[in-house]
Amino acid sequence: MTYDLVVIGGGPAGVAGALTAAQAGLRVALVDSGTRLGGQYFRHSADPRPAPGLDRFLRLARALDSRADLLLRHQVWSVTREPDGDLTVHCTAPDRTAVPVAARRVLIATGAHDRPLPFPGWDLPGVLTAGGAQALLKGNDVVAGRRIVVAGTGPFLLPVASGLAGAGARVLGVFEANGGLGLARRPLLALGKAGEAAGYAADLVRHRVPYRTRRAVVAAHGEREVEAVTVARLDKDWNVLATRVVECDTVAVGYGFVPQIDLGVQLGCETRHDVDGSPVLAVDAGQRTSVARVWAAGEPTGVGGWRLSELEGRIAGQAIAADWRARTAAPVSRAVPASRGGSASSTVPSAQEAAREAAQARSAAGEAASGEAVAGTPDRAEVGAVPTAVTGETGHGGAAGAGVVAGVLLRRRQRWRAFGEALQRAYPVKPGWQGWLRDDTLVCRCEEVPLARVREAQRLGATDARSIKLLARPGMGWCQGRICGYAVSCLAGEPPQPPRRPIAQPVTLGALADLSDDPTAQ
Amino acid sequence: MTFHITIDGRPVPVTPGQTIGAALHAAGVRSWRSTRFGGRPRGLFCGIGVCFDCLISVNGRAPERACLVEAAPGDEVTTS
Repeated sequence: MTYDLVVIGGGPAGVAGALTAAQAGLRVALVDSGTRLGGQYFRHSADPRPAPGLDRFLRLARALDSRADLLLRHQVWSVTREPDGDLTVHCTAPDRTAVPVAARRVLIATGAHDRPLPFPGWDLPGVLTAGGAQALLKGNDVVAGRRIVVAGTGPFLLPVASGLAGAGARVLGVFEANGGLGLARRPLLALGKAGEAAGYAADLVRHRVPYRTRRAVVAAHGEREVEAVTVARLDKDWNVLATRVVECDTVAVGYGFVPQIDLGVQLGCETRHDVDGSPVLAVDAGQRTSVARVWAAGEPTGVGGWRLSELEGRIAGQAIAADWRARTAAPVSRAVPASRGGSASSTVPSAQEAAREAAQARSAAGEAASGEAVAGTPDRAEVGAVPTAVTGETGHGGAAGAGVVAGVLLRRRQRWRAFGEALQRAYPVKPGWQGWLRDDTLVCRCEEVPLARVREAQRLGATDARSIKLLARPGMGWCQGRICGYAVSCLAGEPPQPPRRPIAQPVTLGALADLSDDPTAQ
Repeated sequence: MTFHITIDGRPVPVTPGQTIGAALHAAGVRSWRSTRFGGRPRGLFCGIGVCFDCLISVNGRAPERACLVEAAPGDEVTTS
């Protein structure tokens, strides 16, 4: 069977996109590597702790469960194009068998991972990414340590510290390398997540957790695991002004996020550099990439948090549904399974009807309304909103390269996108961190490449990150540069380039060999 | 409700739903692998399947990311 849509990623973007499309009548599958829907931000255990937005997400996830096929604990390692234009999403099942899933359309909603910076001792056990500490807590009910230091930059440090303190850890401090919450200086920020940030700030006060700006963990100390860290006071470029040692057993550290765009790059999607320099997938107003039948939503199109991700997912779902209506040629009647949502028409409209629909665009408003109804939080502003026709900038062949998306969603996305960009400007990575490194500090953890070898490669004439990688091997190990790639780019003095990873997850040679045997996938 | 897995024969308690990496970390086992060149200890770092620092062999299988594999009763894991 070929699905009308396969969504890759089960966080807020993927779930919203899948649900919106399924409610419009598409046959949808969603693939995620986790045991539950949620992605990173809404990761949760069987008995979840309350978190902002989680109830809403769980309602969407439950609604999706009866309307789409969920392939959980499946890892996508490649997406390939078939001769007829369809796509094959290559997954690995938990037992490592290859599971190819056939798709007319794909929505990439693969999220992001922490962006760590190297510092002396960052490879000691007990030093975790902020997201890693959060995953232990949210997904496993494990508190990462007893005496914990939280460090890095960005508002994400607040929920991490608040969660750890609330779960009983002694959080010795939140060390924000930039100059503060930024809310006061940037009205836009105050407009955005001020309420949520204030809630976390109150948590920190209640648990007596100090929040210090212009501070960073610049070294971790210990034999077999971390026993203490050096906390430095920084100038505005993150050069060290003064230091002190703090005894602790755990460090949770994160300097922003790296959007996961491997699958999009594999398919040839155009990329752009986001405000913070991160390569992200370029999309049009309907979240369509430059490659036919491939959409993207959430962090892979630019880091902006769960609200923006969910909005983009819904917008993509509407645009994909419009594409589906337009491309379902001749008015062939096709029964839509009853379980796929009452709002779906039982007959697929003809191309002309679809075009007329696009002009009138009433259906999109209906979808927006029904989507909210399922979410259980009807939003009056969206009912009867006037949708806007979205012209596909990338126009690939189809009669309707244009989708139809409710205008209110587009305006809201614009607002949250601006907010995401403002956060990236308020919490940049400053070059002073390079001065925290010693010659023997590992830059690449997998291949154990110290700074000295990177500098040696540069002296030998490696002027860009790729040449440094080829000479000194940072980024050539297990993680394929996902962890050190940003740091190596900084050391090379260039913005991070889009990843070239023809295989996005480890895969058996057998699964690779099966590709050529399988007539549906070549 | 809880069950046990073993690391090099020693029992480690697991709450159902926990990953092998989370159960080990919670039990105070913070490293279970040594690096190839420096012989340095490694355990959880990214915690979400990206960094591959937490590789571990479960029931004699090829190494997997401990942060992704859900623990099952009786699982035997070995340090390397």
